[in-house]
Amino acid sequence: MKKAYTRPTLLKPAHFHYCPGCGHGIINRLIMEVIEEMDLRARAICVAPAGCGMLLYNYFEIDTLESAHGRGAAVATGIKRVRPKNLVFSYQGDGDLAAIGTAEGFHAANRGENITVIFVNNGVYGMTGGQMAPTTLIDQVTTTTPGGRNSLIAGHPVRICEVFAQLDGTVYLERVAVNKPTAVLKTRKAIAKAFQYQIEGRGFSLVEILSPCPTNWKMDARQACRWIDEVMSTVFPLGVVKEAIC
Amino acid sequence: MKGTITIDRERCKGCALCIEFCPKKAIFISDDLNLKGYYVAAFDETGGCTGCATCAVMCPDVAIEVEKH
Amino acid sequence: MKRLMSGNAALGEAAILSGCTCYFGYPITPQNELTEHMAKRMAEEGFVFIQSESEIAAINMVLGASVAGARAMTSSSGPGMSLKQEGISYLAADELPAVIVDMVRGGPGMGNISPAQSDYLQATRGGGHGDYKTIVLAPGSVQELTEVVPLAFDLADKYRNPVIILGDGMLGQMMEPVDFTNIKPPSVYEKDYILTGADGRPPRTIYSLLFDTKLQEEHNWKLFRKFQRMEQNEVRYETYLVDDADMVVVAYGIGARIVKGAIKRLRQENLKVGMIRPITLWPFPVKAIKDLAKTINDFFVFEMSAGQMVEDVKLALEGRGHVHFYGRPGGVIPTPVELFRIISRHCYQAQSRKRKKA
Repeated sequence: MKKAYTRPTLLKPAHFHYCPGCGHGIINRLIMEVIEEMDLRARAICVAPAGCGMLLYNYFEIDTLESAHGRGAAVATGIKRVRPKNLVFSYQGDGDLAAIGTAEGFHAANRGENITVIFVNNGVYGMTGGQMAPTTLIDQVTTTTPGGRNSLIAGHPVRICEVFAQLDGTVYLERVAVNKPTAVLKTRKAIAKAFQYQIEGRGFSLVEILSPCPTNWKMDARQACRWIDEVMSTVFPLGVVKEAIC
Repeated sequence: MKGTITIDRERCKGCALCIEFCPKKAIFISDDLNLKGYYVAAFDETGGCTGCATCAVMCPDVAIEVEKH
Repeated sequence: MKRLMSGNAALGEAAILSGCTCYFGYPITPQNELTEHMAKRMAEEGFVFIQSESEIAAINMVLGASVAGARAMTSSSGPGMSLKQEGISYLAADELPAVIVDMVRGGPGMGNISPAQSDYLQATRGGGHGDYKTIVLAPGSVQELTEVVPLAFDLADKYRNPVIILGDGMLGQMMEPVDFTNIKPPSVYEKDYILTGADGRPPRTIYSLLFDTKLQEEHNWKLFRKFQRMEQNEVRYETYLVDDADMVVVAYGIGARIVKGAIKRLRQENLKVGMIRPITLWPFPVKAIKDLAKTINDFFVFEMSAGQMVEDVKLALEGRGHVHFYGRPGGVIPTPVELFRIISRHCYQAQSRKRKKA
């Protein structure tokens, strides 16, 4: 018998606080798998968000810190400018990056900061109880769009990868998902690629990950994963949005 | 049987993603309640597990370890 | 008829009854019930609700709505209030009405989501830049939360200044029976300063840049005189069993409720303790405390913080009497029994001090 799969050693023993079926758990695990495989434990520094992902410092066996809501890309900029040889990445939700942190994310991308943003897109504000996010779909019901998101009042879902692709400073932007095994493996590859590009000093990379939030979508985990395939990825198409590596 | 899995019952939250994607349907939700109050997933040794580790790939709680012959 | 509502939801409902037609907010615990209540109710009333992209955007949306003549409100907790400080400074400088609700949580930094009273200095001193003040109202129950809302909007319009309602996570999330029948329809305020389009009148402009330092100074003194009028006319507080008291506790908001429970126990032990509960934290009830100091020597300040209002108590007393402080910061909510023990110990120490002097 040989081990076909064991827990990454870089995950602390703490049990995840995430809801059953939450994508954060899968993504946390993938990042630690990649860092372990690429032997980056000694160099990695992660900036945590405000949001469900904020407690990742209880799980990641690397240097981590908490940032104020939305400011992760700016904080990561500060770290990377001081320590360019470190692997510096922020982990941000859809509120953190696409709402309050838009300016910081946009400008880190525009400056071509040699950092990676892991952007977890689950279409709601999870931690605060299910309010609308910039990535909430039209007609999607949330606690602040009780009748469904109406574009006349609340605008349209934001496609961050496509927006950032306009900026000359960005080099690698890919949208992936963690709703089924093939997708999870693609996500792992995208994270590894982004980290590799950062190590090579290529510039700004971002991996947008469509992630299930069964609790606030009011579905079970399996339905949530199907919803990503059937609905969410029609608005947020999966694939490489930009890969401008020369 | 070519593979075996062990599920950490205290980590498991019964989300059933492992069950959804297991190609052999060798996992099921048991009527075993863990300390957190979840009905945990359990391994069916007669299920013909191949050790593909798809369950471990999906598990959001990293509760599954897989061994293969 | 009374309705059982959370403080946050009751506040929202009171705002609508007070003529608030614009609400802008961003999710932050422990005030989300207010944002969510407004999301539903403002749509039902045909009023404006926007979940903004950040707290900074929300306060600036409030400024815009106020400039256009509407009664506008935003709400947040500590971290979001920190973001709003620039906007509040602008509202005061531009002399615009607005109501800002802060449901305080443990801090500093990310803190936690438990109730606290650690934003007192931020609210009363003005965390924003420049010489300005905001009236700060500190209700102590869900019913009182609804009663300060129409007051806040009226004071904001009356003085053309932002008004802060300082609650906390417990007040916001606890549920109590609420009666809205006493909320009168809002008074109409003449607003000759709002921007509506210069149709048939000379254009107006709203600005706070004043290069000429003489003009800037005069503007500051003008605001100062306004704040003086607030100090003269708008102080509000409640006293509890002070007439025969040897020691007076100073506490506000949810802290005052815990103190009341402690005082009931203290009185059973024949310890004559009373309380003064500021309802306006700014303007602070300076005169009321000075008056108490004529006959009472011992003041006991309790706050769910590491000590902020205690500074104002000491300033009011101008060196008279003894000021004791007890605080529990970080979102800890002490019990009346705990306060009873601490206060009674101070009572006995004060008594033995008096005996030594005699």
